[in-house]
Amino acid sequence: MSGHSDMILVDEKGMRIDGRKADEHRHVHIEAGVLSNADGSAYLEIGKNKVLAAVYGPRECHPRHMQDPTKAIIQCKYNMQAFSVSDRKRPGPDRRSIEISKIIAEALEKVVLTELYPRASIDVYIEILQANAGTRCAGLTAASVALADAGIPMRDIVPAIAAGKADGHVLLDLNKEEDNYGQADVPIAIVPSTDEIVLLQMDGNMTREEFDKAVDLAFGACHEVYDIQKAALKKRYDARMKQEESE
Amino acid sequence: MSSPVIPEIKRDHIMNLLAKGQREDGRGKSDLRAIKIDAGCIESADGSARVKIGKTEVIAGVKILPGTPFPDSPDVGVLTTGAELIPMAHGSFESGPPGEDAIELARVVDRGIRESGMVDVKKLCITVGEKVWMVFIDIYALDYDGNLFDAASLAAVCALKNAKVPSSQYGAGDDMPLPITCIPVSITAAKLGNDLIIDPNFDEEAISSARLTVTTDDNGNFRAMQKGGKGSITRAELSRSLDMAVEKGKEIRKIIG
Repeated sequence: MSGHSDMILVDEKGMRIDGRKADEHRHVHIEAGVLSNADGSAYLEIGKNKVLAAVYGPRECHPRHMQDPTKAIIQCKYNMQAFSVSDRKRPGPDRRSIEISKIIAEALEKVVLTELYPRASIDVYIEILQANAGTRCAGLTAASVALADAGIPMRDIVPAIAAGKADGHVLLDLNKEEDNYGQADVPIAIVPSTDEIVLLQMDGNMTREEFDKAVDLAFGACHEVYDIQKAALKKRYDARMKQEESE
Repeated sequence: MSSPVIPEIKRDHIMNLLAKGQREDGRGKSDLRAIKIDAGCIESADGSARVKIGKTEVIAGVKILPGTPFPDSPDVGVLTTGAELIPMAHGSFESGPPGEDAIELARVVDRGIRESGMVDVKKLCITVGEKVWMVFIDIYALDYDGNLFDAASLAAVCALKNAKVPSSQYGAGDDMPLPITCIPVSITAAKLGNDLIIDPNFDEEAISSARLTVTTDDNGNFRAMQKGGKGSITRAELSRSLDMAVEKGKEIRKIIG
């Protein structure tokens, strides 16, 4: 948040530079089951973000000392591809991606029935093909669909979206410009059936009132993204059912 | 990371006490442990502080060196935060490069300092496009009894507060205090069962399902947050954490002075 407050990101009619209103998220497209080798996978676009998620497992936990005799562990690798940002991103994990991987794995722990698979590992791979602000939320949203696609028992699926503040306005789902020149960013993921928060970060500068408004916006949008996640999974299984019937 | 194993009898004891609003060390749910700050304890550093919160102890040192600015911000100083969980501090910490826990710790501390604008990095330019001051904050856990997030934040903030830019050493004029604009303070709450407590000790942290670190500025505005742990928090718990961060932040700000 560099906070260039002279930047005009919301016009006098309350319209944002990409034509959205304050409480509108970017167009979300999700497709389940897009890779052949992975046990489960999903492709997601939100605005200009393009994200792939794949799940392998439950399978033998690889570094053996990481095994948990009471349940499966979730290992997540979030990776930005070298060409996904305007400058070339140096390949390999950096501090940012390690932190994001950790909090995404923790968010998924709440919903996956890990106790069914002692000593196993459930490996979640998130590849950011194109980044335009909000990739951790996009990655987590896609990963939830990939887990469900892999047939892993879950209490619920997790949608995630960010709210924030730019040009002095509380906005839903910041785009690149709003993120770069805005004043705050609040990524949130919830368990929709209980409205519990499983991922929450915040940076920038917000009053209590602004923060509460941002959380309200994000909660509303999470429920909308949830419907899109479910629709993607239904479409995938309708297609599979038809295929089986015809065989 | 595998979480430490706590005997069930201990877990039950802590939870039973909590049901009565009590904690093992005699604190209430929203009480901080005693805080001790030893600022400027390291003469070889440009700024330093050794901080104790209860039995948790952390040291932070600041080194300030001239360096090349980033191309996209040619007139702005550079701020970098690192943290290490060294084996001295706890039996479960291993030597080697920082793991994900140390990285998360450093990034959460960094976020509070950076997003609050605590250090006025625009005043750290020596020659535009060529030379700026680079501020390195390095944090080491020395003794771990829970709540490293707040201890590390406090140590880093105190170290920055007493840091001097060593201009004379590099022929760049007189030494000056590091330009400080505000004091960010982080408060971490842990969720145990359906209870929320602040400043968790080791045992409390080990049996907690989630934690939330909230950093506020001098005006009580929110500057950084991080939820951690495998559990979840409700909106009511979030709201309570925010209230406590503002209230307890004031308490710590008084201690910092």
